Amino acid sequence: MSESTPTTGPRDLGTKDIVSIRDLGVSFSTDAGAVKAINDISLSVAPREIVAIVGESGSGKTVTAKTILGLLPETATASGAVVLRSRDGSTEQDVVTASAEQLRSIRGSDAAMVFQEPSTALNPVYKVGWQIAEGLRAHGSYTKAEARAKAIDILRRVGIPEPEERVDYFPHQFSGGQKQRIVIAMALVLDPGLIVADEPTTALDVTVQAEILDLLRRCRDEFGTAIVLITHNMGVVADLADRVVVMYQGDIVEEAPVQELFSSPKAEYTKKLLSSVPHVGRGKSSAPAEVERGKQLQLGEPVVVAKGLEIEYPGRFGRAGFRAVKGVDFTIHAGEVLGLVGESGSGKTTIGRAIAGLTKVTGGSLSVLGVEMNRVKEREFAPKRREIGFVFQDPATSFNPLLTIAECVAEPLIVHGRFGDARAARRRVDELLEAVQLPKAFGDRFPHELSGGQRQRASLARALALEPALLVADEPTSALDVSVQARVLELFAELQREFGFASLFISHDLAVVDILADRIVVLYRGDIVEEGPGSAVLGAPSDVYTRRLLASLPVPDPAEQAVRREELKRLRA
Amino acid sequence: MSAPTATTAVQTAPAKRPLRDRLPVVKQFRQSVGLQRAMLVIGLVVTGVFVLIAILAPLVAPYRFNQLRGDDGSFGTQQAPNATNLLGTTVGGYDVLSRVLWGAQTALFVIVSAIILSIFIGVLLGLVAGYFGGWLDRVLVVVCDAVYAFPSLLLAIVMSIVISRGQSSLWGGILAAAISITVVFIPQYFRVIRSEVVRIKSEAFVESAKVIGASSSRIMFRHVLRNATRTLPLIITLNASEAILTLAGLGFLGFGIEPTAAAEWGYDLNRSVSDVTSGIWWTALFPGLAIVLVVLGITLVGESLNDLSDPRLRSRRRVGASSGSVAATSSITTTGGTPDSPGGAGMMDAESLGAVSDAAADSDLENRREDERS
Repeated sequence: MSESTPTTGPRDLGTKDIVSIRDLGVSFSTDAGAVKAINDISLSVAPREIVAIVGESGSGKTVTAKTILGLLPETATASGAVVLRSRDGSTEQDVVTASAEQLRSIRGSDAAMVFQEPSTALNPVYKVGWQIAEGLRAHGSYTKAEARAKAIDILRRVGIPEPEERVDYFPHQFSGGQKQRIVIAMALVLDPGLIVADEPTTALDVTVQAEILDLLRRCRDEFGTAIVLITHNMGVVADLADRVVVMYQGDIVEEAPVQELFSSPKAEYTKKLLSSVPHVGRGKSSAPAEVERGKQLQLGEPVVVAKGLEIEYPGRFGRAGFRAVKGVDFTIHAGEVLGLVGESGSGKTTIGRAIAGLTKVTGGSLSVLGVEMNRVKEREFAPKRREIGFVFQDPATSFNPLLTIAECVAEPLIVHGRFGDARAARRRVDELLEAVQLPKAFGDRFPHELSGGQRQRASLARALALEPALLVADEPTSALDVSVQARVLELFAELQREFGFASLFISHDLAVVDILADRIVVLYRGDIVEEGPGSAVLGAPSDVYTRRLLASLPVPDPAEQAVRREELKRLRA
Repeated sequence: MSAPTATTAVQTAPAKRPLRDRLPVVKQFRQSVGLQRAMLVIGLVVTGVFVLIAILAPLVAPYRFNQLRGDDGSFGTQQAPNATNLLGTTVGGYDVLSRVLWGAQTALFVIVSAIILSIFIGVLLGLVAGYFGGWLDRVLVVVCDAVYAFPSLLLAIVMSIVISRGQSSLWGGILAAAISITVVFIPQYFRVIRSEVVRIKSEAFVESAKVIGASSSRIMFRHVLRNATRTLPLIITLNASEAILTLAGLGFLGFGIEPTAAAEWGYDLNRSVSDVTSGIWWTALFPGLAIVLVVLGITLVGESLNDLSDPRLRSRRRVGASSGSVAATSSITTTGGTPDSPGGAGMMDAESLGAVSDAAADSDLENRREDERS
């Protein structure tokens, strides 16, 4: 564990590496005893190198990143060594054994962190300029004017317009993408040799994500920092990384330059991981046009018809309300899957909720299974509810934590009087669980005892309990790992074929929608900008926004992604 | 779109957790370590002794609470501790030890009746106001704020006058204390339950119940209420200690229970005020000590239950370096086996690390976020 021993990592770059991790093991103490998160891994990052650590949740990638900055919680115990060198290579420090004082001097000046959620990483009651200066004050003495000048300078360099004025803004006055720029500015202000970025674009829309990825690339090119990028998005990896480290259950299973990893993955796990990544243009939209036309002909009765649909959220005390949906027209036919795509704030979730009767329709007309939802009375709509299933985004919160899975799945059956209680409904519940490929015994478990993918399957079972004519799925896979997502989507497609329900599939991910949807509707700020069969919308988009959306989506292929990046640059210009 | 993989057969559900891990206090005891366990144990012991004495007062106390003479004549007043009266006698000639032991019974009566009266009304009002909102909610919140403005002791005095015209019998005194405490406690239960209900109301599982078409009462009682009662044990213990203090305060001010009707610590303290200056320590010390110990015991239980039910406050033993085994967290297995399953019974899903044994599943999400951050 002594610091003088030469690095025995997989790549021997000696003392030049900005960080070298040797035989790092991390264990957590939990109620169920010790649990090992990282199993003696070795890894190094050279200056000006972008290393991506990929893996599923629970694979130990975030714990690795946190160890580099010494941010492990009290319940963790680490072994091995994480040697962090300053930018000029003059000092080095083993983070695992460092004292609190030493850690404080390292953080910010030698290594900095960019967090996942920019809105929680910034303190809402201080001006952003003050927050940037906070880091400066911690590592040196600056006068107020100097600190302010530095803050303005760094804001300009990360691409915040009018930094002289914006330096005095509070975080809520910025958009999500700008907030992430500010968080990156805070990380860059002390000119650290290394930035650890933990899922830096996961909370952002895909068009904003592309801009932040550009900025991170500039961090390396202009500021000369090395970046450790933690992500589960293979598109982001293909776009940004130089080298990829694949983690699996606390171990590194593969480490390769990005081109090599994508073109010829060696580890079995990497191959499976890559094969489960959805790739836009390879789903239903790639099916031959004949099939598409055949489908058009045999479309069933319309199940949902929206005409000039408007939904407005009331404002507070005399302020005007917020119009989330501004007059949209669309139809869902029996037996078809309509994909609804858009960024956050585009109104896609609002439309889904309105169809399920969770949000009031304030204008136009929305007919669901023959019931007009504008000014609908709950009593009129209640009998129709048995024909509508709903799958929520977060499988963790959509189950009552105190009921077993069987009781949760039995709820719709009991409410609509098919069975007296959960015990009587058990046989039907078992059938449903089997239909979504969960073993019967899982019915006796509580929701928190299931993994995310299993919970989302149980959620599907509950939605299908009454054999609905219409299923609304609101981002059902966005909280899941990519490999789990692939399996849930597969299941969804299978069930749809089997039960033949109509479905509104809401997602922000074009590649996911492409797998399932027969037709795609693209929403932008409450308006429909494009609508049509998948092959038309994704293959030959006519609208500028759709084109930008498509171009912003990073594809899991470094060579192709480089081409797309150029195209996006052209589109933005 | 391949055919479904035949994984169902190999997946097994874990055995149900043993009963001792699901009982409320027992579970927390088993989870605790170090100082937190010591606090809980002390609190439980003190509270347990208090309850036992209250129930067994007729057996353990040497005399009745209003007894003035023993087998060999009158006790005499203000006698120092001796063989007949182990803790001495009061200015009224009662046995101090007996009065302290019988006092536990009165205190327990007040605690139980105050909590039973307030908890049902408070929880029900909180549930209805939180779930439906609107004008009913606003009115109730204003009323509760107004009640907060009343000092509970003043209210208790008014109650004791209304119920028993200041003349306190056993039940008159107990009810005066209990009802005044009830009036003050209802807003506390109301507020806590209401804010929990408002939070839970927007959770996805309540919305999913709505989408299913469940009636409001079913959603309220089956889905919301049971998830909103997590903080109740803590409030109950805190209120229990406050109830004792109010009863003692009433007695001390002279609105308590007559010594012939029941033993009451506050009354005894009141009568011993003048004794203190004349060097008679035993009449004030023991009732005072009883109040302090019971309040301390109950508060310790409440505080430790609160700490232990929150995974972030719960302390754990540190683990050795590189100890434990790596949990099977992946849904992709490279060696075949059970995809998308958190492994066998002994293995755990890292997503729910530390959460599996947590019945307070509400804190589950926070817990998991903690784990993900770590």
